[in-house]
Amino acid sequence: MKPITRIESRTVVLPSKDIDTDQIIAARFLTTTSREGLGKNAFFDLRYNRDGSENADFPLNRPAAKECKILVAGRNFGCGSSREHAPWALLDFGLRAVISTEIADIFRNNSLKNGFVPVVVDAETHVWLLENPGAAVIIDIPSAMLTLPDGRDIEFSIDGFAQHCLIEGIDQLGFLRNQLPVIEQYEESRSWKP
Amino acid sequence: MSKTLFEKVWSEHTVAEETADTPAVLYVDLHIIHEVTTPQAFTVLRELALPVRRPDLTLATMDHSTPTTPVHSLRDIEVVGPSAANQIRQMQKNCDEFGIDLLGFDSELRGIVHVIGPELGATQPGKTIVCGDSHSSTHGAFGALAFGIGTTEVGHVLATQCLLQRKPKTLAVDLDGRLPSGVYAKDVILATIGNIGVDGGTGHVIEFRGDAITSLDMEGRMTICNMSIEAGARAGMIAPDEVTFDYLHGRPRVPKGMDWDEAVKRWRQLKSDDGAHYDKSVMLDAAELQPMVTFGTNPGMVVGINDPVPDGGGDPSFRKALNYMQVESGKPMTANAVDVVFVGSCTNGRLSDIREAARILEGRQVADGVRMLVVPGSQQVKQKAEAEGLDRVILAAGAEWREAGCSMCIGMNGDTVPQGKLSVSTSNRNFEGRQGVGARTILASPATAAASAVRGRVADPRTLS
Repeated sequence: MKPITRIESRTVVLPSKDIDTDQIIAARFLTTTSREGLGKNAFFDLRYNRDGSENADFPLNRPAAKECKILVAGRNFGCGSSREHAPWALLDFGLRAVISTEIADIFRNNSLKNGFVPVVVDAETHVWLLENPGAAVIIDIPSAMLTLPDGRDIEFSIDGFAQHCLIEGIDQLGFLRNQLPVIEQYEESRSWKP
Repeated sequence: MSKTLFEKVWSEHTVAEETADTPAVLYVDLHIIHEVTTPQAFTVLRELALPVRRPDLTLATMDHSTPTTPVHSLRDIEVVGPSAANQIRQMQKNCDEFGIDLLGFDSELRGIVHVIGPELGATQPGKTIVCGDSHSSTHGAFGALAFGIGTTEVGHVLATQCLLQRKPKTLAVDLDGRLPSGVYAKDVILATIGNIGVDGGTGHVIEFRGDAITSLDMEGRMTICNMSIEAGARAGMIAPDEVTFDYLHGRPRVPKGMDWDEAVKRWRQLKSDDGAHYDKSVMLDAAELQPMVTFGTNPGMVVGINDPVPDGGGDPSFRKALNYMQVESGKPMTANAVDVVFVGSCTNGRLSDIREAARILEGRQVADGVRMLVVPGSQQVKQKAEAEGLDRVILAAGAEWREAGCSMCIGMNGDTVPQGKLSVSTSNRNFEGRQGVGARTILASPATAAASAVRGRVADPRTLS
């Protein structure tokens, strides 16, 4: 994973609550055995009309959204299935972070392992972001600060370990494999065996 | 100090304690894998030249992309399309290369991950169980700590048998009172999600307690824990008791002889101590419940079968959901005609679910214009149902009877609900497009689903005794 310290972009806004991983990437696109190339199917049923034409009303289809790396979404983004295809698809689509008041557990875990940054903010900041699409903001990982266009810094919470892994580009599997002696010791010493 | 059931299982599996800087290293006793969320994890193992560390603690099957039509030879898998068929072949190859036993098409034990784990007795109280599937919470019905993980974490478990985890919070859901007739575990969990919301459990492990829970059989308890994730919870758990031990006794993968006695002795300790602290708690009166159906596009948008659909007070997400569903507020869901009925899935594809559906269908016909699909959760469920003659009842009523798989719950194998059609489904998610592009899904119990198939509209199962 490449180190990530700062994401600077205008925002694109999907105001709906409870955007589930089926909407982010529908199950029919999960028959792949690769993690590449999923961006073309991200939000497919929202981006395209039934006749295959682009849905011009969908915020991610607007010309101004093309360069946006930061998504602002309604509460409980990423709920539903455990498919890691969701952050893979969002990254491949060109997004780098999502801001909401609540982000579903498994989606958040999956995102952090791929360098897609989940940012949870307070309700007041969220409302402002929802009402101001296209706002130029900065997500700074080392300081865990979101900078709004007027220069205000909003602190967001991020797990210390996840933050460290993002900044240093650390692969968590490497970290876990370093624990193997302790894991073996645990297996030896436990009172019952699975 | 008093501990909750969750804390007991968590602390017993903590290889390294969490600190401010690092998460806990949590040991995994059972890793269940399937074809959809594992190929990319095996790719990582190949790139790093790593073996699967504990193939003996890995249970593999195929369920999501698989056909529900008979598979006599590998040629028969092609009906699911080239991409899904490739995924199935890749799963076989990965298991062969990494030395994992695969319960594939040649096995009578194949089925949905969350149906076969308990069926084999691989799911046991006090275990930690994970799978690249959010409905892994099902196994918590046995007092296991079980949760869904992503593909990167599947790779972590394959390589190390451990996960990096922050300790979740706890939520006690107390359900007391006797369930009225015609009200099932599915109605209980739908009502619970409606009460706490689709994010009411986020960051928490739910423990379900109370006599409405302990009076359920294991299949009902699995239905409850299965949908914990639909409230956003990390996991759902129920303390094991005699019902649990009776269910497990004699199953292929449980301890035998004196080891069984030892195991039961250990399992009896797996309950929350008096005075144990929960971060949150909720109480619901089970005696007040009625059959529940969803009306919107998430499992928290749920209403009693004869109650009017609420109006949502102008919330745009709510209005969008009602538009998608083509459902009117102020009217009960029984006002809606049904096109498709699906009985199956890891939520409600077990023998008792098939029995309930068959009981309603017996001597009746699926209404004209309705397609009803009954898909057993495993090949063993299928065999047992057929031994009881349930397949004949289902077929005589005009419904389809299929091979085991996830089928129309997720629609990856071609079993889908057509565009715009209304489905009453015993599955777990009514998200937009979940059962097919533009499909509209109502979640319900097997009894409500079967009654709706017979009536041709959403129906209260209590009107068909």
